[in-house]
Amino acid sequence: MDVLLFAAAAVRISVPYALAAMGASLSERGGVVCIALEGLMLNGALAYTLGAYATQNPWAGVACALLAGLLTAWLHAEATVRFRADQITTGLGINLLAAGLTRFVLVRVFHSSSNSPRVPGLPEWRLPVLSDLPGVGALLSSPLVLVTLALVVLVHALLFRTVFGLRLRAIGERPEAAATLGLSVTRHRFAGVLLCGLLAGLAGAYLSSEQHSFTDGMTGGRGYIALAAMIVGKWNPMGAAAACLLFGAAEALQIKLQGSAFPSELLQALPYLITMLALAGFIGRAVAPRAVGTPYDPES
Amino acid sequence: MSTPHVHLKGITRRLGTCVANDGVELELVPGEIHALVGENGAGKSTLMKVLFGLHQPDEGEILIDGRRVRMTDPRAAMRHGLGMVHQHFMLVDTLTVAENVTLGSETQARFGLLAPGDAEREVAALAERYRLPVDPKARISQLSVGAQQRVEILKALYRGARVLILDEPTAVLTPQEVDELFAVLRALVADGVSIVLITHKLAEVKALATRLTVLRAGRRVATALVADTSIERMAELMVGHVPAPLTERSDEAPGAPLLEVRGLEVRDARRLPAVRDVSFAVRAGEIVGIAGVEGNGQHELIECLAGLCPPSRGDVRIAGAAVSGHGAREHRAAGLAHIPSDRLHRGLVSDMSLAENLVLGLQRRPGVGTGPWLGGHTLEDASRARLQEYDVRPPDPRAFAGRLSGGNQQKLIAARELTQGARAILAAHPTRGVDLGAIDFIHRRLLAERDAGRAVLLVSSELSEILALSDRILVLYEGRIVHETTPAATDERTLGLHMTGRASHGDSPLPPREGAPRTSGGLA
Repeated sequence: MDVLLFAAAAVRISVPYALAAMGASLSERGGVVCIALEGLMLNGALAYTLGAYATQNPWAGVACALLAGLLTAWLHAEATVRFRADQITTGLGINLLAAGLTRFVLVRVFHSSSNSPRVPGLPEWRLPVLSDLPGVGALLSSPLVLVTLALVVLVHALLFRTVFGLRLRAIGERPEAAATLGLSVTRHRFAGVLLCGLLAGLAGAYLSSEQHSFTDGMTGGRGYIALAAMIVGKWNPMGAAAACLLFGAAEALQIKLQGSAFPSELLQALPYLITMLALAGFIGRAVAPRAVGTPYDPES
Repeated sequence: MSTPHVHLKGITRRLGTCVANDGVELELVPGEIHALVGENGAGKSTLMKVLFGLHQPDEGEILIDGRRVRMTDPRAAMRHGLGMVHQHFMLVDTLTVAENVTLGSETQARFGLLAPGDAEREVAALAERYRLPVDPKARISQLSVGAQQRVEILKALYRGARVLILDEPTAVLTPQEVDELFAVLRALVADGVSIVLITHKLAEVKALATRLTVLRAGRRVATALVADTSIERMAELMVGHVPAPLTERSDEAPGAPLLEVRGLEVRDARRLPAVRDVSFAVRAGEIVGIAGVEGNGQHELIECLAGLCPPSRGDVRIAGAAVSGHGAREHRAAGLAHIPSDRLHRGLVSDMSLAENLVLGLQRRPGVGTGPWLGGHTLEDASRARLQEYDVRPPDPRAFAGRLSGGNQQKLIAARELTQGARAILAAHPTRGVDLGAIDFIHRRLLAERDAGRAVLLVSSELSEILALSDRILVLYEGRIVHETTPAATDERTLGLHMTGRASHGDSPLPPREGAPRTSGGLA
């Protein structure tokens, strides 16, 4: 039973990572680096809180989070795809913008520089069989956990089983080849980045919903860990989700070990260590889409 | 002649301030192979990009089967039955053959889902029909260059192309693959496809095409039947003048040795000896050619002489002074200029201006700048004359080196290396992959340097170049000098035997090759 509870905790922690990491895999497979995950999640988290606070309906909060993710991602896409700005710089800019903007809104709307009032979280879904499973029943009653599990399969299929996914992958590898076949690099890259915004916004909604409030800087670097997970997962949605589960387990273990003699900071560093090993080629080869990070200029 | 399949009428396309195409006409009749020839930068690629909808013409129109059409994008071009095989293949390495062939016109099941099985069957059937053997399930990265080219052709045929545009299709192929490609192209023509062949290899035009159109500086200078046009005439049309024969060798005896190596041994990246016990001297006023099949130690020899890789044994002297092999700076200071074999990797920085590239490696010399500051305007003014003297086009000091054609990049390197007063010149594959005009220019420059009393070591895999320029020839085989001769005493065939280590046996002759042209080389 203890093992099941631990597994449930690990899954719970890894949900926001997985959503954001899958989003990043769509953006990067199309050729756009998504270091903006942190900002996308933070804006999503705040938007959830605002929506849920204003309407007292958590689902309205989710809708607001999706919209916030979409709009923030649109900013990223507009700058990097249409105006061919440097993707890393733009992404970091969006992260800084989100950090400042959310604090500003927090102070103006909730008159607090640290946290929002309590807002409703998403209600549990009482499902037959699933909700009654020992140990993981509570986990499998959480709507966003179930949605995430479904999305792992759906996003993976989108990328590898659909025409859109094939075109997106081709554009992330050789945009000029796709362009000579009449495919629009701009449109596909926009789609990849916007889908990433939706998923990262949803990740933000999950954080606020679980905590029933928004706190300043509440993403706490999760966007970067999600990006690392996507790299460890070799730019595949399923691989990214699996890496997130591993990182989630490390975090759950770290929480468990708090107060014991074992230095839990070591476990906190684990995701980054694994990512470095993956990039250095120790855990298989992590090869980025060839055109990722390079703006597409049809004239050259 | 029937109505042309494709008719380009008065196409003008401006790129910035220069006119890439100036009122160009091109007619393609059904079932012909039409060669489009011209030097690099003559406007061939631009014209084809206009035809394929990648560029919009500023003036002129495109007629397909007599009807005026607007090529707004590649999709429109494909709808009108055009297919293009780019020089740098437009393939996605990580995807399969079937995925690459069908990309953009995918075989679909319902709801935008892919049907990989159907796509593979379709591509296999198409490959079978046109005799273009390739495995639809293979990933592009696993295929040979020749097979990748077949995939490119299949891509066009899959979209129903009746006109195939091939941009320098043989540049990357082995001789055997070239033969296979030509057979495929002839079969396609027999099947009713018309072909535009962009090339500057005139022997291929002669072997394959029915008509040719020559472009020079953006204008059409001729359209003619290939059967009526000699290769010499084609070259003349391309370059704009009859290539003058290279100057005669001067009879003056060479002077003092300026580049000497004794008992040289250089190890390769795997620490194995690649150059073994090599000794020679290049004297003032002579060109020594190093011939050899690539991979017989030329690379290591060049790196060592340039100061990029120290010898494991033996010594190198430049202008009489011993150098250690520890650093290009030392070798340059001793009086060596180096035209490297890979212009983009070693010769230039693509993202820097022409003026900046002209002072690469010379930044410590007086006049280049003041203290830590580069010269700026003075640097640009100083470079203008040199760019003109070396015929670098455009002669704009602020242009980026990466934007130049291969020939102009090579002339830019020559402008830097041959104007710094070096006494010994190391020229490694100085004309690899450049057009006839640039080849001729660089050859003349090297001869002028020789006549001015410099010592030139020429390493080249082009035997015609070695024979045309050298005063003495050394053959490198498995890291050793196995033969020394002069151009007058040998020919390509004999050199070929020495280069493959078969000369001592003398019983396994190579197929006969054409004699080396003594005029401005490179036509072979």
